[in-house]
Amino acid sequence: MNDPRTGDATAPLVSIRDVCKVFSNGTVALKDMSLDIAPCSFVSLLGPSGCGKSTALRIVAGLGEATSGDIVWPASGDERPELGFVFQEPTLMPWATVFDNVWLPMRLKGRRRADVRDEIMTALATVGLDQFSDAYPRELSGGMKMRVSIARALVTRPKLLLMDEPFAALDEITRFRLNNDLLQLWERFEWTVIFVTHSVFESVYLSQRIVVMASRPGRVVEELTVDAPYPRNEDFRTSPLYGEQCRRVSSALHDAMEANAA
Amino acid sequence: MTAVPREGTQTPTTAAPDNARSGLEPHILVEKALRVAIPAGMLILVILVWQRYVTVNEVPHYILPSPVRVAEAFASDWPVLIGALWVTLQITLTALAAALVTGVLLAILMTQSRWIELAISPYAVTLQVTPVIAIAPLILIYTPNTATALLICAWIVAFFPILSNTTQGLKSTDHNLLNLFELYGASRWQTLLFLRLPSALPYFLAGLRIAGGLALIAAVVAEFAAGTAGAGSGLAFRILESGYRLNIPRLFAALVLLSVTGVVIYGATSFVSYLLLRKWHESAIKREN
Repeated sequence: MNDPRTGDATAPLVSIRDVCKVFSNGTVALKDMSLDIAPCSFVSLLGPSGCGKSTALRIVAGLGEATSGDIVWPASGDERPELGFVFQEPTLMPWATVFDNVWLPMRLKGRRRADVRDEIMTALATVGLDQFSDAYPRELSGGMKMRVSIARALVTRPKLLLMDEPFAALDEITRFRLNNDLLQLWERFEWTVIFVTHSVFESVYLSQRIVVMASRPGRVVEELTVDAPYPRNEDFRTSPLYGEQCRRVSSALHDAMEANAA
Repeated sequence: MTAVPREGTQTPTTAAPDNARSGLEPHILVEKALRVAIPAGMLILVILVWQRYVTVNEVPHYILPSPVRVAEAFASDWPVLIGALWVTLQITLTALAAALVTGVLLAILMTQSRWIELAISPYAVTLQVTPVIAIAPLILIYTPNTATALLICAWIVAFFPILSNTTQGLKSTDHNLLNLFELYGASRWQTLLFLRLPSALPYFLAGLRIAGGLALIAAVVAEFAAGTAGAGSGLAFRILESGYRLNIPRLFAALVLLSVTGVVIYGATSFVSYLLLRKWHESAIKREN
């Protein structure tokens, strides 16, 4: 996964160093955030709304500059690697078919439709939507739209996948299924995933590491490791170990919010 | 053509094209038939009442002609009317095409930079709020011939709805999609072509529908102001002329022609809008629940 010519194999893929973000209205969205993320890890940013978790993700993606501090990429010779981004909404173009929506990242790089047909169909098959390539987004359910969004993020074969509360608007059944799909894809493609969520249960189910954040000002308050082996599946979701981890993370989050109220 | 004989044998009328398709409930067929029958019946009723009113009260034809007389005027004055319609239609459609091109180009220009918008929009608004009939005399002085003057008047009126709607559309692009394009390193040109223009399409088409009707109105109004006469004159002049000569049946015939033209333009722009949006936009999709 690491390119030995340009980077150090043990170095973090991305390193967030003392990043601050102050909005033009004076709100401190993020204060002195530092975080190293190892290649192929699954890290969740967990916190209440307004804790700057989405802001941090956007800065990593290069959407909006940090007010101070740096984002560095030690593992890839300080060059931003290929990224995939999944928003909270599916963010599909309603006038384009499923196929054309997935084609978009490649189209913007000047790749012709016919040349990348196979890659797009593979990406759609990966999320189980190859039968729907000619459908328009409005014909799909919320969960299917989100799958298209994921297919679009993975079609460029990114090293780093950034997900901003991608399943928050879905019903629980769909969310659980997409959680499982995401974990399978992560193990198969050896991505690095930064996953923003406000759900303790979702973060414990998915991640190796959970970064707990608090608001006003947005900051990191605690880091936890989830000691549970992969592959994780529905058995894990009902295991005592899962309950125990959730309790631990939940109380850390609670402490973070208490500290704020005091 | 292949489908026609099967349906044609059963229903030679145009009222129910879907009759032959199996599985249709009878009440749906009745509803479809009523959809055509009610407006048609209403039209016939209005014409009958009109005819009856004129004959019973012996209204002179130079005040209110009977529908029969209007039809006669249509038949006898057809060459004159169709010639006039052609002139008006040419001005309307040329003005609409010019408004479409300039409106969209200016909208793109204005959304590229706030400074350009600040420089242009006051003039666009001023041009729009000043009644075209008040500017017409000036335009008539400045232009080499009347046809050009009429064209400019119709263009002034038609171009604003396209400009303002397209501008609004170009500014209403989904912010998440803009972020996505930025993330994938899209150029300004790509963002315009693949994102801003398609998402402005429904707004533009709404503007086009308004502009189509306004172009016709403006062409007629400007012709009234110009007061042209002779061979190259449009429907407006024929209406004025018929009024002076108390040839009211012909006036009515010209008026009917004008209304029908307006309806056809509206229908055509609506149809274009439907074709472009039917696959994806909420406005063109039949709701089922």
